[in-house]
Order: sequence, then structure tokens, then C-alpha cells
Amino acid sequence: MPVNYYIFLSVALFCIGVVGVLTRRNAIIIFMCIELMLNAANLLLVAFSKMHNLALGANAPTLASEAQVFVFFIMVVAAAEVSVGLAIIVMIYRNTHSVDVNFLNRLKN
Amino acid sequence: MSVTQILFWFLSVLAIFSAIMVVANKNPVHSILFLIITFFAISGHYILLNAQFLAIVNIIVYAGAIMVLFLFVVMLMNLNAESEPPQKSKNLMYAGVLAGGCLLLLIVAAIKKADVNSQLVQMKDGDVGLINNLGKVLFTDYVFPFEISSVLFLSAMIGAVVLSKREV
Repeated sequence: MPVNYYIFLSVALFCIGVVGVLTRRNAIIIFMCIELMLNAANLLLVAFSKMHNLALGANAPTLASEAQVFVFFIMVVAAAEVSVGLAIIVMIYRNTHSVDVNFLNRLKN
Repeated sequence: MSVTQILFWFLSVLAIFSAIMVVANKNPVHSILFLIITFFAISGHYILLNAQFLAIVNIIVYAGAIMVLFLFVVMLMNLNAESEPPQKSKNLMYAGVLAGGCLLLLIVAAIKKADVNSQLVQMKDGDVGLINNLGKVLFTDYVFPFEISSVLFLSAMIGAVVLSKREV
């Protein structure tokens, strides 16, 4: 499978996430689209790791596994970010009873 | 077409369709369920690329923990299709879709100019994604980021607990 197909798939998922962040008004859906963007990047990293493994072979044996270790750390950071972000959203909901970002935008005065 | 290619196209179409349904759905619970399907499709891609550890960790961490946390929060706030804030301005929706489309066009055009054409991806075999090789790299070269990530988790836990305390 040429690597182009993986690049296009990952870019398509990323752009769908971007459209979701720009269009939706619910803060939780925006957060989920950010997770979708992170996963698109993860998929591309894993595809590139296998491409370099095929191209370089035994010359650089740990180069491809470093990309997958990076994906592992991206998942770590995403999990930590989700927990703190959802705590913030729950606190905002407790104070204003709304998760609409347009409503929260007008809170500044 | 070989089984690998059929599986690749099926998983790709499933992932893109579920991602579009995440963005376009009015009910937040349905959006979360479609995102879980997207994560399963991406894990299927990881298994096709023989990244076994990442496939299982993706399912356990993303679909199993993070999405369940999202579902808890959505059920806590009792969000459904009626309480969803509507996007009243249709121009804003068209502008958002147009911006995403322009980004897609830009990146695709940049990639077509680049030189990565037709380099093959090693699928179905290759011992890069196996857990012992990943573990060797993780615990020898990357042991310091590994320990720092535990500090990151500790700070995230403390932050989440402090943010959720009700003022007495």
C-alpha cells in the first residue's frame, strides 16, 4: 500500500476534525473533534514508521519504533488533557448550566 | 485485490464515514458512539500495519477510558438532541466547511509536490510494532520521558480533583 493513501486518509480525518471544531457550538463535541485530530496524527506516525522500516531495514533498527513510542506518548498526553478538560467543562456547567461556547463567549464583561 | 487491500479500503471508508457522522450529528451521545467506531477503525489500521501494541492500547485507552469519560460527562449533564445549542447562522456552517475543505486542498497539493510518492508501507509483518521491541526502545532510550509522563499524570489527577471540588 503506498504511503500516499495513508497520508490522504489521515489528512481527511484531520480536516473533518477541523470542520467540527469550527462549526459546532457544544464544547464537548469540540473536545471530541480535537481527539479525532490527535488520532489522525497518530495514524500517520505509525504509517511513516512502517515506511521507514521498509526503506531502511536493518540499518537503523530503532528508528521506526521511536515513532511508535512517540504515538504512545501522544496517547498519554491526550488522556491527561481529556481529564483536566472535562473537569473544566463540568465546573463551567455547574456555574452557568450551559456548554454553549457562544454563550460562554459573552460571559466576559 | 488482496485481502489486505480490501480491509484497508473498508476500514478507511468506515473511519471517514464515522468521523463525518461525529461532526454532523445533533445528539451528543450518538457523536460519542460514532467516535468510538472511528477509534476501532483506526485500531484496525494499526493491526494491518502490525503495530499490535498500539492497536490494543488505542482500544483500551481511547475507546475504553476516554470515551467512557465523555459519556459520563454527557450523561451527567443530561444532554440530548433537544438541548443541543443549534448553529443558527448557516453562513457560519458553510464558512467552516469551506475552511476545512481549503485546508484539505492545501495539504493534498503540498503532498503532491513532495517526493514521498509511491514509497510502500510494510504491512502485515515486520517486528517494529511488537511489544518487546517497543519496550526495549521505551525503557532504554526514552526512560526519562516515561518517568516525566508519570509526573504529568500526577499533575493532571491533582488538577482534576482540585477543579471538581465544590466550594464549601
